[in-house]
Amino acid sequence: MKKRNLGFTWFVAWLCAAQLAADDGVFDQYRDLMGDDNPAVFVIDEGEELWFAPQGPESATLEACDLGLGPGVTSGAYVRFPRYFADTDAVMDLESRLVHCMTTIQGRDLETVTAKPYSLRGDFGTEMEALVTWLAAESEGATIAPEQTHAAERAMYSLGEEIFFYRAGPHDFSCATCHEQSGMRIRLQALPDLTSHTGAAEAWGSWPAYRISQGLVRTMGWRLRDCFRQQRWPELQMGSEASIALQTYMAVNAAGGVMTAPGLKR
Amino acid sequence: MRFSSVAVTVALGASTAAWTIASDDVENVLQNSFVAKNQATMERLERDAVQSACSAPRGMPLDNDMLASLRAERLDAIVLPADGQYLGDWQRGAEVAGNGRGLQSSDDPTQPNGGNCYACHQLAPDEVAYGTLGPSLTGYGARGQSEAMLQYTWTKLWDTHAYNLCSHMPRFGAQGILTEQQLKDVMAYLLDPASPVNQAAE
Repeated sequence: MKKRNLGFTWFVAWLCAAQLAADDGVFDQYRDLMGDDNPAVFVIDEGEELWFAPQGPESATLEACDLGLGPGVTSGAYVRFPRYFADTDAVMDLESRLVHCMTTIQGRDLETVTAKPYSLRGDFGTEMEALVTWLAAESEGATIAPEQTHAAERAMYSLGEEIFFYRAGPHDFSCATCHEQSGMRIRLQALPDLTSHTGAAEAWGSWPAYRISQGLVRTMGWRLRDCFRQQRWPELQMGSEASIALQTYMAVNAAGGVMTAPGLKR
Repeated sequence: MRFSSVAVTVALGASTAAWTIASDDVENVLQNSFVAKNQATMERLERDAVQSACSAPRGMPLDNDMLASLRAERLDAIVLPADGQYLGDWQRGAEVAGNGRGLQSSDDPTQPNGGNCYACHQLAPDEVAYGTLGPSLTGYGARGQSEAMLQYTWTKLWDTHAYNLCSHMPRFGAQGILTEQQLKDVMAYLLDPASPVNQAAE
């Protein structure tokens, strides 16, 4: 009897230790519990509808939008981003490419479509969030393979690396402060090592993600903006060079990994 | 790291100068990529000597003489408490250690800043929500309260680079994140034998 009690105590202790050691353990369990029931499915549907909805002065859908694999090709497009586009002579992430298509194909106003790319807490999701979620789902299970053939794409990686290690602000924080070591955590939150293939693949491959605590799907663009808020920096702009550079740095480090987005996070 | 950033910069500089979009102009890129929001001004993107020296990607060759003189400079600039008293109130220090707010664009600037020690360090053994980026400080008070220990701990909090150049830790005193009184309270939280940091777990 005594022995059994001791065994039980050890089991509880082991459970607690495992919980702590797993860091993200509670959320892993939650994910397992949810199975395929990610609330992001509704956002995926919404994104698909928006892609095929005529909008703007041209009353055009986004079907003529070239995401790099030809006009209208959405399957497997997301895992090749960020990439160079000859028509704009620039390296673009998915969000800036969508803005380009909205303004050129649908004739919509640039300031309007970029005014509020990410929803605030308590909002409904935005058009950008829905489109990115659907397009990420169109690459689910595909291998992450960002382009690095054009010199501009390689320069973007190099710039991203430089920004990743750039320390600034009252707290001297860079991305690297939290994301250049493996197996670390902030409070109880596990931190991916984005300089490693494993960490980058896990992070890049799981965004956009449904944030349980916020009831919204968040894109990688939002994730970066919120990291910089916590770094005490000013606000990162969607589609900016710094945002695209950092995404290039992550995506290239993640190359060969699997796209599992939309993910499910705390 | 996929490849040495030095090699990349050199290769790009030689063959495709037009496409080194900003590898040597990162400040401009940042100025064009961010906008000021509330208390988070654009000036925050300008680096001082410590920030510049500590922004080198891993594997970059470093100028050790420069780093040594920078560290010495930081040590010279330490400001010890004006009244010679290092230890405040550990209970207030506990609040500072647990508070993660302050200086973010989303924070109320009229409220005191936190030190957010628990984000990176284990302190009181009963608090399980601690980060691991920094070493555990549980039982820190066992080091005693000699003048040398008090000065060492104060210096570490005031400007970590005076001892450990390019440490990840913020410069709580030198950058004005915490007030002198808050620093004293954190000192007490670390060193007072009555502080939970120095008690056995319940």
